[in-house]
Amino acid sequence: MNPKGASSSGTDGATDSSAPRRNSKKPKYSRFTQQELPACKPILTPGWVITTFIFIGIVFIPIGLASLFASERVVEIVDRYDKHCVPTNYSKSMLAYIQSGETNKTCTRSLIVPKHMKSPVYVYYQLDNFYQNHRRYVKSRSDKQLRSKASEKDTSSCSPEGTISNGSAIVPCGLIAWSLFNDTYGFSVKNKVLDVSKKNIAWKSDQDHKFGSDVYPKNFQSGSLIGGAKLNASIPLSEQVDLIVWMRTAALPTFRKLYGKIEVDLEANEKITVVIQNNYNTYSFGGKKKLVLSTTSWIGGKNDFLGIAYLTVGGLCLFLAICFILVYVIKPRWEILPEICLQPTDDDSVTALLPQKWPLLYYSTTAENLGEKKDGLVLSREISGRSIEID
Amino acid sequence: MPRAGRIREKLRWSNLYTFSCLRPNVLEDGPHSLQGPGFSRIVYCNQPRVHQKKPLNYPSNYISTTKYNIITFLPKAIFEQFRRVANMYFLMAAILSLTPVAPFSAVSMIAPLAFVVGLSMAKEALEDWRRFMQDMKVNSRKVSIHKGDGIFGYKPWQKIRVGDVVRVEKDQFFTADLLLLSSSYDDGICYVETMNLDGETNLKIKRSLEVTLPLVDDLAFKNFTAKIRCEDPNPNLYTFVGNLEYDHQVYAIDPSQILLRDSKLRNTSYVYGVVIFTGPDSKVMQNSTKSPSKRSTIERKMDYIIYFLFTLLVLISLISSIGFAVKTKFEMPDWWYLQPQNTTNLYDPTKPALSGIFHLVTALILYGYLIPISLYVSIEVVKVLQATFINQDLHMYDEETGNPAQARTSNLNEELGQVDTILSDKTGTLTCNQMDFFKCSIAGVSYGMGSSEVEIAAAKKMAFDISEHNSEMSSVPMHNIKARGLMENSRSNFGVSEIELETVITSKDEKDQKPMIKGFSFEDSRLMGGNWSKEPNADAILLFFRILALCHTAIPEPNEETGSFNYEAESPDEGAFLVAAREFGFEFYRRTQTSVFIRERYSSSGHPIEREFKVLNLLDFSSKRKRMSVIVQDEDGQILLLCKGADSIIFDRLSKDGRIYEESTSRHLNEYGETGLRTLALAYRKLKESEYSVWNSEFIKAKTTIGADRDAMLEQVSDMMEKDLILVGATAVEDKLQKGVPQCIDKLAQAGLKIWVLTGDKMETAINIGFACSLLRQCMKQICITTMNTDLLAQDAKKALLVFLITDQAVKENILMQLINGLQMIKLEKDPHAAFALVIDGKTLSYALEEDLKHQFLSLAVNCASVICCRVSPKQKALVTRLVKEGTGKTTLAIGDGANDVGMIQEADIGIGISGVEGMQAVMASDFSIAQFRFLERLLVVHGHWCYKRIAQMICYFFYKNIAFGLTLFYFEAYTGFSGQSVYDDWYMLLFNVILTSLPVISLGVFEQDVSSEVCLQFPALYQQGPRNVFFDWYRIFGWMANGLYSSLIVFFLNLNIFYDQAFRAGGQTADMAAVGATMFTCIIWAVNCQIALTMSHFTWIQHLFVWGSICTWYLFLLLYGLSSPIISGNSFQILVEALAPAPIYWSVTLLVAVACNLPYLAHLSFQRSFNPMDHHVIQEIKYYKKDTEDQHMWTRERSKARQKTKIGFTARVDAKIRQLKGKLQKKYSSLSVQTIIPPS
Repeated sequence: MNPKGASSSGTDGATDSSAPRRNSKKPKYSRFTQQELPACKPILTPGWVITTFIFIGIVFIPIGLASLFASERVVEIVDRYDKHCVPTNYSKSMLAYIQSGETNKTCTRSLIVPKHMKSPVYVYYQLDNFYQNHRRYVKSRSDKQLRSKASEKDTSSCSPEGTISNGSAIVPCGLIAWSLFNDTYGFSVKNKVLDVSKKNIAWKSDQDHKFGSDVYPKNFQSGSLIGGAKLNASIPLSEQVDLIVWMRTAALPTFRKLYGKIEVDLEANEKITVVIQNNYNTYSFGGKKKLVLSTTSWIGGKNDFLGIAYLTVGGLCLFLAICFILVYVIKPRWEILPEICLQPTDDDSVTALLPQKWPLLYYSTTAENLGEKKDGLVLSREISGRSIEID
Repeated sequence: MPRAGRIREKLRWSNLYTFSCLRPNVLEDGPHSLQGPGFSRIVYCNQPRVHQKKPLNYPSNYISTTKYNIITFLPKAIFEQFRRVANMYFLMAAILSLTPVAPFSAVSMIAPLAFVVGLSMAKEALEDWRRFMQDMKVNSRKVSIHKGDGIFGYKPWQKIRVGDVVRVEKDQFFTADLLLLSSSYDDGICYVETMNLDGETNLKIKRSLEVTLPLVDDLAFKNFTAKIRCEDPNPNLYTFVGNLEYDHQVYAIDPSQILLRDSKLRNTSYVYGVVIFTGPDSKVMQNSTKSPSKRSTIERKMDYIIYFLFTLLVLISLISSIGFAVKTKFEMPDWWYLQPQNTTNLYDPTKPALSGIFHLVTALILYGYLIPISLYVSIEVVKVLQATFINQDLHMYDEETGNPAQARTSNLNEELGQVDTILSDKTGTLTCNQMDFFKCSIAGVSYGMGSSEVEIAAAKKMAFDISEHNSEMSSVPMHNIKARGLMENSRSNFGVSEIELETVITSKDEKDQKPMIKGFSFEDSRLMGGNWSKEPNADAILLFFRILALCHTAIPEPNEETGSFNYEAESPDEGAFLVAAREFGFEFYRRTQTSVFIRERYSSSGHPIEREFKVLNLLDFSSKRKRMSVIVQDEDGQILLLCKGADSIIFDRLSKDGRIYEESTSRHLNEYGETGLRTLALAYRKLKESEYSVWNSEFIKAKTTIGADRDAMLEQVSDMMEKDLILVGATAVEDKLQKGVPQCIDKLAQAGLKIWVLTGDKMETAINIGFACSLLRQCMKQICITTMNTDLLAQDAKKALLVFLITDQAVKENILMQLINGLQMIKLEKDPHAAFALVIDGKTLSYALEEDLKHQFLSLAVNCASVICCRVSPKQKALVTRLVKEGTGKTTLAIGDGANDVGMIQEADIGIGISGVEGMQAVMASDFSIAQFRFLERLLVVHGHWCYKRIAQMICYFFYKNIAFGLTLFYFEAYTGFSGQSVYDDWYMLLFNVILTSLPVISLGVFEQDVSSEVCLQFPALYQQGPRNVFFDWYRIFGWMANGLYSSLIVFFLNLNIFYDQAFRAGGQTADMAAVGATMFTCIIWAVNCQIALTMSHFTWIQHLFVWGSICTWYLFLLLYGLSSPIISGNSFQILVEALAPAPIYWSVTLLVAVACNLPYLAHLSFQRSFNPMDHHVIQEIKYYKKDTEDQHMWTRERSKARQKTKIGFTARVDAKIRQLKGKLQKKYSSLSVQTIIPPS
């Protein structure tokens, strides 16, 4: 029996066995693993801060001014007609008026053009308090069905306007299509009819890809409940621009949708007569209906807010920049710095004897070179011009 | 039979131990009466099979430290995962997403959750697997076991059963708790090293019962049967109660027959033993606690934030569901376009309450973006990467052992940056457990030129600081001649340190030339190479060397390689003495029962003379006596008593004419002690034959006495002899510190960390090490709390036959008194520089840790600059750790290397194991392992600091971005009649957390560096940002949340107003929900990514790639999404190309919102930097302006200012010394100035 055989677990054994492993365990050097990758370390120095603020100010204020200017140039006519287009005898029961099939819905409004309106003049209808963004409403559509005839039966997401009572599918299905806006406007200036073009009021991609050219309305508005507009069953969905515009649900309960374009200039102080077919029921939920005529600029419609916001932010930045500049003029950086930072040691009894401000004299000793010269023999110190060598 | 064993067979070691050579009669005490609960264990020796079955059914020797096994992994790990509140919430959300109430599709809820949970579980599994492999390594170690018929064979440890007879060989660990039957020595003793259990370095003697002595070879066990009745498994390492029934007789077993698992057989070639406790029953395993799953402070705090966000979530969900119910009830009936008459329960105006409740669920899911699901997984990823950096750090790789640092759990990286108290083991952690003979003082002359590491460090520091002060002094315009005189004066004072420096440098030089001899690092040509005989006190030196060579209990063992001898000594000190004696020319080469042989070389040329000294008596060392003596008779017949012992004890026993050197020796002893050397005083006494023989008969009488008084009598008799001594000199042995320990402790102290030393070692040793590491220094006030003085009290009580309880009470009261006195002392202290050190021993600690005393103890301890606990058991280490952890509420770190540290490593918030030493228990239980103590500095000050800041900033940012995003969903609800519709596409939301904002924040968490690692090390004070929790306090967290709130408001309302009803393009089109959603989302992506770019202060290409890449990814996604089939993209079809990109307003809104969102933060940041800069800001700026290279003075001044008010470490020591010098200087200065002011009349 050889007890030594198995008992090599002593210290010698341990070091021996670790020897071959040594290299495999040693981490390999790379700048990545040693966290020494080259890096830029931007520091918010006063210079940078002031420059940044001034820069933002300089960029923002012109943008703001340009936006405001563009917004100013936009001419807009807004006419709320929901109340006016109800005959006075129905003013107590507006809902009954709009829901009745017998009443005459035609209504005439006249608008004065405040300024010259360059063509194209966009015609919008605006609805208030209409929750096109309600979850139930938004989800109630079938993109597949709208796109191709093959998916006509795909109405599962459209409830409760998916099918008619005999089970055949409604095309286009869903609440959005069902509640299609159905007021119509006719414009005339000096008894001359203004054409309202419906060209390009819908997104091209919608017409080309989302609404099929082989999909025709079917069973639409044929149920017991009639929602909004009816569709001409002989025109494919891709040509039903009003529907396509309507199907783009708005983000907010107040929204405008494009009705059409007037492609002639409107002169200032011209009187436009609008004949409105007031069919759409906003009376039950107290929604407003507005007719909007507007030109556009590069920022779109009349939008003062953008310009104001830009000016505010830019102005604020300039103000901050001025504040910082003032501070640095009054209190330069490096004077205030060291006194504030870090815990002062109470270990200054010698320095306390001396005057507060000292000319900084050069001297050569630092902890580093003392530390590094562990085995070097000469530690030289310069003390008031005399050097002492310790070796 | 091994060779060494045979050599020693001739020698009965036990004869060396005079006190133990005569066995106390076991039968007299009688067997223990083992009755009642707790003493039910029965072991049938040599019949291992019996114990596997009922009723005994003892466990096997298999140990397991894993958290899970194959069966429990899934349920347990899943449970662990869903203990996180956020995960639980997401689980609920995922389940609900299968129902129609969900606002999103089911996949978008379930997939991220599965990913997150799966990843975390995989990590757990991997970590546990590593633990399992480690266990297997231990379990499959082989041991020789009796297989029947007297044949022994090797078996893995895990197969060992209770009752097995095993044979353990030299330097092997004991397999289980064994009853020692016999050893290679005739008298059945063996030597055991218990370092793994209690950290004590000296060997312990275990002794078998007399009846089992004949069982000396394998065959003897053929028919061996016996029965052991003993106590049940318990964690008490120092007690054992049991009886051995053998040969129809009953013998009592006490702890001296028990060999504990994880201790090691030393100096004995083999032992036989019977297994009593196996595996989990063994004392060491009983001492270990289940490895707890630790969570960092930040993570725990994060839970509170999550609770807060939950509250917020529930609140806004309630608001929106109430709003929904109200709207549904009162307004929806009028919304004909929704067909309110045809609804399901979800939108039924006739049942608003029910709809409201359904909506609440929807809302809870919808606003789930407030709670970052990816937070946990991102943190996991970041921590794993951080851990990789720790593992890969070359600065923490130890070339000697080949061990890199290892983060064993990555959960606690950031906790490393918040440590307040370090509890450190001593042996193996601070010290190497190697003693070097270093200096000596003979006849009042100090020899030895070396400087200990701490001295070198302190001297350097001193030289530097003085030069700094001098340069300040010298910058005084020299118009005052008096000041110049002062300068000269001060320089002469500082001369001390220059001498110190000199010694440092010379010693360094010589060290390089000479090969190192283990145990001997003495350098002084006056004594070496026989030169000592030319010294004036040559005879005293001769005597000194003889004492070194004679007064010990070691055994020489020839070393074939070098031709000299190795010594197997009881303690490493003794070994060092013998090596020293050998080097001085007094080689101890042989020991017989009665004599010690020494080969003396007087000069290098002279032939060696062999001398024999008869050892007449040996009065051995005990911690109570603190001395040992031998009485020898030289060849001339002269009888000498040679004595070595603690200085205080020896000085008390000097004769009148033996005190010639007392003053100088004690001065030297103080110097040695100050630098942390272990000192012993040596003395002798010449005895007359008659005097000796009278005493010897007394001594024999005492030795043969039977009964309780024997020990006391022996002591008394020895006492009679050890008096009227003549002092020869003193030795100083360096307990070799591990490399870089003093510097590391100094830096850690500067970083504001408190360091406690918990050691199993003796108080003297512990205090020495305290000095060596500069944890203690001379002018520090030591508060020693012991039961020493209460021992007397106890004895009195015993004599008075008082009940034990009363003495216990008295002891306790005494300790309380000591504690209160200590506290009083600290309170009354006026000097701001005064530092206190608390030293307490294990026995006292056991009282101090009791419920009623522990608060006093803690409040005293936290007021002391350093705390040293000695002779503490593993359990006590853990208890102290717990006390500190719970009592102060601060983060504790425990560092240790042995099994005895496992408890404290597990108990502490962070446990660190020293790897590379034998025994992996500490490493196994630890959260991090490093190869050397000195790596702790880098681990904490660099990695800890970084990780803390990274994680803190990362979490804050996470909450910021999710609030900024989540609240916009809520605001939008108000505009949709609270219907639960979101303005964003489902895909945007899915991508927001997973892709679009996760990588930048991960890069922040992995790569951010506020200052480089060198600066971290130069300014340890920066570390204090962690323990003070500057980056994760509620102020900051709520600041970030407010920032998120502000951003959400800006994003939403700016977009809302700009896209309100107007056309957004020159083409007259108005924005629909898809366009508004995409624009808003673009704004958010810009805002949060710019925000993180502002937060970062360190940009490598990775950060650039991730931050700007994320923004690009968003546009890319939007582009591709728009190009995909309209069935998938819905209203977002071609949105970027057709609708948004051509609209200038889209881009201008993005710019506006991104700037507006970040403006307050930018302003805040600039303001803070200018008026209230934080430490790292200042350092960054100094670095930025290259002040460190251009203006050295500034740099050093900042650095010295950054020094904490440290009270420990050599810097503090130097500071204290400089203060002393300055005090003198100031006195002179004032007296000088007084002179100048008064005009000479």
